[in-house]
Order: sequence, then structure tokens, then C-alpha cells
Amino acid sequence: MEKTNKIFPGKMVFGFFLSIVMTVLAAIVFYTDFTSSVKLWIIGALAIFQAGVQLIMFMHMNEGKSGMINTINIVYSVFIAAVIVAGSIWILSTGHAAHY
Amino acid sequence: MASGTSLPLEYSTKQNEMNILGFWIFLGAEIVLFSTLFAGYAVLEHNTAGGPAGSDIFIMKDVMIQTFLLLTSSFTCSLAIHQMRNNNLKGLITWLLITMALGLGFLYMEINEFIHYVHEGATMQTSAFLSAFFTLLGTHGAHVTLGIGWLTLLIIQLVKRGITPVTARKTFIISLYWHFLDVVWIFIFTFVYLKGLM
Amino acid sequence: MSLDQILVTGDPMILASQIAILITMIALIVGISYFKKWKYLWSEWFTTVDHKKIGIMYILAGVIMFFRGGVDGLMMKAQTSRPNMEFLDAQHYDEIFTTHGVIMILFMAMPLLIGIMNVVIPLQIGARDVAFPKLNALSFWTFFVGAMLFNISFVIGGSPDAGWTSYFPLAGKEFTPGVGNNYYAISLQIAGIGTLATGINFIVTILKMRAPGMTLMKMPMFTWTSLVTSVIIVAAFPILTVALAFMTLDRLFGTHFFTVAGGGDPMLWLNLFWLWGHPEVYIVVLPAFGMFSEVISTFSRKNLYGYSSMVISIVGIAFLSMLVWVHHFYTMGNSAAVNSVFSITTMAIAIPTGVKIFNWLFTMRKGRIQFSTAMLWSLAFIPCFTIGGVTGVMLAMAAADYQYHNTMFLVAHFHYVLIPGVVFAVFAGLYYWWPKMFGFKLNEKIGKWHFWLFVIGFNLTFMPMFFVGLDGMTRRMYTYSEGLGWEAWLGVSAVGSLIMAAGFAALCYNIYWSFRFASREVGNDPWDARTLEWTMASPAPHYNFAVVPEVDSIDPLWKMKKKGIKAFTKKDLKPIHMPSNSGIPIIMGIAFGIVGFFLVFEWFTLAAIWSLGIIGGLIANSFDYDDGYYVPVDEITKTEGLDDTERKWKGDQ
Ligand code: HEM
Ligand SMILES: [Cu+2]
Repeated sequence: MEKTNKIFPGKMVFGFFLSIVMTVLAAIVFYTDFTSSVKLWIIGALAIFQAGVQLIMFMHMNEGKSGMINTINIVYSVFIAAVIVAGSIWILSTGHAAHY
Repeated sequence: MASGTSLPLEYSTKQNEMNILGFWIFLGAEIVLFSTLFAGYAVLEHNTAGGPAGSDIFIMKDVMIQTFLLLTSSFTCSLAIHQMRNNNLKGLITWLLITMALGLGFLYMEINEFIHYVHEGATMQTSAFLSAFFTLLGTHGAHVTLGIGWLTLLIIQLVKRGITPVTARKTFIISLYWHFLDVVWIFIFTFVYLKGLM
Repeated sequence: MSLDQILVTGDPMILASQIAILITMIALIVGISYFKKWKYLWSEWFTTVDHKKIGIMYILAGVIMFFRGGVDGLMMKAQTSRPNMEFLDAQHYDEIFTTHGVIMILFMAMPLLIGIMNVVIPLQIGARDVAFPKLNALSFWTFFVGAMLFNISFVIGGSPDAGWTSYFPLAGKEFTPGVGNNYYAISLQIAGIGTLATGINFIVTILKMRAPGMTLMKMPMFTWTSLVTSVIIVAAFPILTVALAFMTLDRLFGTHFFTVAGGGDPMLWLNLFWLWGHPEVYIVVLPAFGMFSEVISTFSRKNLYGYSSMVISIVGIAFLSMLVWVHHFYTMGNSAAVNSVFSITTMAIAIPTGVKIFNWLFTMRKGRIQFSTAMLWSLAFIPCFTIGGVTGVMLAMAAADYQYHNTMFLVAHFHYVLIPGVVFAVFAGLYYWWPKMFGFKLNEKIGKWHFWLFVIGFNLTFMPMFFVGLDGMTRRMYTYSEGLGWEAWLGVSAVGSLIMAAGFAALCYNIYWSFRFASREVGNDPWDARTLEWTMASPAPHYNFAVVPEVDSIDPLWKMKKKGIKAFTKKDLKPIHMPSNSGIPIIMGIAFGIVGFFLVFEWFTLAAIWSLGIIGGLIANSFDYDDGYYVPVDEITKTEGLDDTERKWKGDQ
């Protein structure tokens, strides 16, 4: 898994390239004429993808003896994050709570 | 105590391995923390109480600059780790300094942005939307500030001690922290700024 | 601000407490100085990083907090014992149920459980300490400082009074202008930092420091439940951090998270509070399940029935615990879809819980049960907790909950889960592991008094609440008129609480008695138990294991005893690496406390100045390259009594 003696940091440059591309793409999508919700889905997906790039290419998430634990930990945290965000929005924007 | 020959120095002792794992778990907690801030923001986003909305105050150009500063600093930070793994102390410190400079640039932009908002009458006390906005952004900015202070301490230790298993571990952990802040920013960029400007 | 604005004045009971607190403090300081114990306390306790000592400090703090919370409870019971009582006024009653709730959950249940985890987990998995000993000390000190800050509120500045749930808008500045609720927000924040650190610490400890051969599925059940609890802590406490931060900002800096006028949403508080609050109840109950599992298996002389189904159900509970929080506010006016989904997830949680109950029953089946005090607590737990669980399922039905919500029925439900689930477990755990902590057992005869008084008192106190609740009595009522038909129930309940208090007194007396008179000859393994912590001397030597054992089953010690395994000899000993003591955690803890205090009173400059103390602590820690020290082989040889080459495993010393 290691390439300790490699001089050219190819993986990092590629990761950087990907994140720039995705940021620019997000900006471009922003200026298109899709409806807001379509745009949101696209840029949301780009954000998630870019986070994955950072985690794997820059943060070496699955490296070392605890790589598996790290991965489970992050996946679980992301699941909790989704529950918190989606749950809160759902609960607080439907029902009477929305029309206080 | 050595726990593997092919792995980089920062994993070379059991204690190092545990510190790194512990930090990953801490990052798990940070994910939950920021997602709660995002949840609060998402719920309150439209409650502007007569004050300005996001689209009234956000400036696309400044946001793009901040984003590129932070993205680049994340990249330079990964280069620093690359140098460390090649056992190049000078390269390591250089890239860390560049990372820090980019972080400072980001902070400078962010503070200016906040001052600008306040002058436009958009303060934390104006509306629920702005309370949530400033708290989310402020928490991220406070993390960046802390990261810069931490980097300073680390660079002093690197100069004094060189690359040892302990300093290597500390550097690696701070790099995790720094990349993580970039990840959070990506979501702020997307779900606060771009969404707010739509 | 002048002194009498800061000190609470005008109430004789509070004045008496102020005087009592002052006298106690002076007595402590004079006493410690007189006996010249400062140095001993500082070097052996205040700066310690030894998990066993930290655990003992947690337990001590938890017992003291139990006393404080218990007094609050007794005062509430006295006030409602008769209709139209005039013992407490409405304001005072509000303050007392608030501090009672907060203290019992956060400053009694949490430290007692974390304390026992601290003492036991490293011993159970064959480790020298936790993964981050200094962080562990910091966890303790931030918890302790948070608890103290919360506790002084009633004499300095005024108690919080919006309930342990502190719902907005009541808890906001507009309706609760004093500093009381600032205490709530800030002291919980400080204590919460410590708890989060504990969670991380134990996850890493359990995942990385197990003895060779102890795979995940060979871990003792208490270790399993502690691992899962730690995972829930890491997932849930950051939510509390944010919720409290919002509250602090609203109260101190005039933001509008929860104030309707500025576009805020009070229901966001409920939502965030319970997003943390429901997992929190499982955080406290899971380690308790683990303790019962150990105790039941030991005293039934059998291995735990259905080990893997037990593990699966714990993990299932942990997973579901994050998905049920809305059941605390069905009546908030959610959409029908929201209430239905959360009804279903809530009822689903009863399934893994039921699995565990049956596993305990089957563990006892055909066992040779020994009725020690620890085992009695476990036996009483099962029916009492089942009542709590069944009434929980009743509450889980959203439509029915419109009737039960915020009545005494609910209060009875959660006391029936929390007291058997947590308090009985802690008692069982204390009786069980006491010899490992102190080298002597608690007296079994006084223990039986403790047990019967407490269990009978508990049922008398809380069973009537189900009935007055169904009869329409809402929670947090400070008084009621005659002729509602509640007098008899509430009278019995008040008497029950006195009996329960007598049980607690019996525990305190037991501790005193046993310290003075109990036999010190308990050997390594007084209960003929099954897990690793019983392989070493009692109390455990500071380095825990002279030689890290190898493990090949869930009940390693039992196997060794059955097979008559050879012990280690002098030749096996190597120097043991140990972490050094550190003053940084306690100093940072104190700095946190001072900053917190100034924030409570909104003296921001002072708070900012003192927060330099926290930053200073972090910097000092970053430059601290102390790598610990080695315990020399000679010392181990001496401690282990290994002057000859032979050594037997336990029981026969
Ligand atoms: C079988 C599993 C359980 C179910 C189905 C259940 C269900 C519920 C429901 C629906 C409520 C809200 C009722 C209302 O406010 O009207 C509630 C409240 C509560 N439950 Fe449970 N519960 C269960 C187990 C537990 C356990 C194990 C604990 C703690 C160890 C616990 C502690 C609490 C507390 C503290 C409250 C009320 C807090 C408050 O409002 O102040 N429950 N439970
Ligand atoms: Cu609940």
C-alpha cells in the first residue's frame, strides 16, 4: 500500500486536480438554468464525491492497521449526520410544527 | 513495539497507532458536531425575520477565492506529508508554512467578510438565519484558527527535534485535521453559499 | 454586582445550606492541613493518571451527587405528600426538580458507570491502562468541575428552574432571566467535553489494547457494552454540545435560535435535545446491562447464555437508539408520518431488549445460583426493569401517548427503567468489584439491608405514580387540591421514598463499616469468577498485570481454573512501561471551571483572561514529551511475592 520512496506525489496532484474540477463544475452548474432542486442535487453529489476524494487521497483513510475501523467509523458518522440533518428537516418542516 | 515494517514512521509504535485511531474517532464526533450545525442552519435558513437573506449578502467571487485558498492549502498539506514520508525535514516545514499562509489568507478573507456583513446590518442578533449562519461559519473559522496555532507549535517542535516517530505522528494527525476542515468547507460552500445564492 | 446579588438570600433552607457548605469546606481544608495530607492528595490522586484511581474518584463523586440528587427528590416527595402542602413554593419546587433530574442523569448515573468502566475495563481486557491516560484524567476533572459548577448554583446566583429538559421558550432569557439557566448550559457543556473524551478513550482502549487472543467475540460482556456505549457517546454528545452552544448564544449573546420573535424555532431545541437525550438513556443503561451479565453469569456458575445474540442485540439497540428520539415529543404537532415512523422504531427497540432479558433468564436456568448481594440486585432488576420496558411500549404508541405524555405515568416509566437499569446495576457492580478496588468485600449482611430497604422503597415510591398518572396527575405539579383521590397514592409514595433513603444510608454505613472492620483476606478471586480482572491481587497492583495473559475463551479465568493452568514465574517478568502523573489535567479542569463561572455571570473579560489558562494547558501539553517510566522487575517480583519460582493462580493464596 505504501510508496514511501516515490518522489513525485502523483496521487496528491491527481486529488487536487479532481477537487478543483469538481469545485469549478459546481460553480458552472450554479450558473445554468436548471431548477434549483436539480442544481442542488447535482452540487450536493459533487460535494459528497469531493469529500470522498479528500478522505481517501489526502487523508489515507484506509491505511494502516486500523484502516478498516477508520472506514467503519466514518461511514457510521456519515450515517448519523444524514439522520440528524434529514431527520431534523423532516420533523421540523412538516406537520403543525411548520405553521406555528 | 514496532508494528510493521512497510508502514510509515507515524504508525511505528503502538501508542502512535492508537493516537491516530483516536483522532479518527474524534473526527467522527466532529462530523456529528458539524452536521448538527448544518441541521440547525437548514431548519432556520429561511427565517430571516425581515433581515437580509443569503442572496442579499453573499458575494460569489469572495466565496470562490476562499474556496480555492482552502482547497490549495489542503493540497499543500498533503504535500507536506509526502515530504515527511520521504524523510525530508526541510520540504516538510516549507510545505507546512505554505499551508499555514494559505490558511491565514482564508481567515483574512473570512474576517473581512464578516465585518462587511455587520456593516450591512447583518449581525448574529438580526435573525435566526444569521444566528445559524454565523455560528456554523464561526465554528469552522475557529477550527481553522486553532489549526494555525497548533501548526505553529508543531513547526517549533519539528525544528527542535526533527522527524521522529512522535513528531511524525503529530504532523500526520494535524494533516488529518486540516483536510477535515476542507471537507467541512466543501459542504459550507455548497449548502450555504451556492444554495443561498440560488 | 454586589455580593448579595450573587449569593442567594432570603430562604432559611438555603441559608442553612450555605452555612453547611462553608463549614464543610473549612473542615476539609483544616483537616487535610492538620493531617498533612495535601502532598499525598496531590501526588497520589489529583495528578494521577491511573485508571483505577480515576475510577474511584468518579465513583466517590457519583455517590456524593447521588446524595445531593436524593435530597432534592426527598424534598419533592415531602412537598407532594399531602394536598396543599406549604413546604416548598412553586419556584423552589421548580428549581429542585430541575437540579434533581440533571444531577441524577449527568452527575450521578454517568460518573458511577464511567467510574466502574474505568476501574474494570483495562483489567478485564488485560491492559496496563487506558489508551490515553492523561486524557482520561482530563475527562474526570472536566466532569468534576462541571458538576461542582452546577451544584453551587443554588447558593450562588440561583438554580436553573426550567426542568432537566430546559425547553424553550421557558428556558430562554425572556422567561427565565436569572443566571440559573446559564449554569445549566455551561456546566453541562464542560462536563460533556469530558464525557466525549471518555468515549473516544474507551473505544480505542477496547479496540487496540486487548490481551493477545481476545478477539472481539471473546470479550467479556461488560467490555462489549462499554464499547457500544462509548460509540453512542461519540455519536450523541456532539449534538448536546451544539444544542447547549445554541442555548448559550441565545441567553448570553441575544441570538435567535429558539426565540420566535427573531424567526427562531423553539422546537429545534426539543429536536436537538432529544437527538442527544434518547441515546443518552441507552448510554447509561447499556453498561448496566453488561454488569448484570457478568454478575449473573458468575453467581449462576454458568457461562452467559446466547453470547452472540447478546452482542447482536446490544449493537441493535445502539443502532436503533439513534432513530427514536421523536417519541419524546409526539404531541409537538408533527405530521402523522413522522409520528408513525418513530412509533415503529421505538417499539422495535423493545425486541433486542427482550432478547437480553431472556438471555439472563436462561443463564440462570439450571445454574447453581448463589444469592450474594450483587446477585440479589440482578435478580430484582429483571422484573422491575420489565415493568419499565412494558410501560415504555405503551408510551411508544403515538396516539395513546397524547394521554400519557407528561403525566406521572411517564415519570413512573422512566424511573422504572433508570433505577433498576442503572442504580441497581451500579450497586451490583460496587458489591461485585469492591474487593478488586479496595482489597476487602462490602459486608453482605448490611448489604441485604441495603438491598431490601432500597428495592421495597423503590417500588413503593414509583408504583403509585403509574396510577396517579393514569388518573390525570401531570408531572412537575408542585401542589394539588384535596379530593382528587391522589392523597393515598402520594402518601404511600412519600413513605416509600423515605425507605429508599434508609437503603442508601445502609449503603453508606456499609462502606464505613467495611473500611474499618471487613477482613482483608479476600484473595485474588473472592467470588470464584470467570474473567481476567480476578487473576491479579486485590486491590490490583498499579501496573495491573505482571505478565499480560493470553486468552482463548470468553471466560479465560474459569478455563484456567478448570485446567489448572501453570502460572507465570519470575523468568517471565519484564520491566513494565507506565505513564507518568501529570498536573496539567487538573489545572486545565480548574481553568475550565473558572471560565465557566465567569460566563455564567456574563463577565466576559474575566472569562477571556482565564481561558488563557485552558490554552496554556494545551500548549504545555503539546510540549510535554514525557514518555513515562518503567517499573523494574525487582519491584514486580516483590509485589507479586515471586521470590521463589513457583506461583499459583488465584483462590489459593
Ligand atoms: C423498551 C424500551 C423503551 C421504550 C419503548 C420507551 C419509550 C419511551 C417513550 C415513548 C417515552 C416518552 C413518553 C412521553 O414523554 O410521553 C419515554 C420517556 C422516557 N424514557 Fe423510555 N422507553 C424505553 C426504555 C427506556 C430506558 C431503558 C430508559 C433509561 C434507562 C428510558 C428512559 C426514559 C426517560 C428518562 C424518559 C423521559 C424523559 C423526560 O421526559 O423527562 N426509557 N420512554
Ligand atoms: Cu426515549
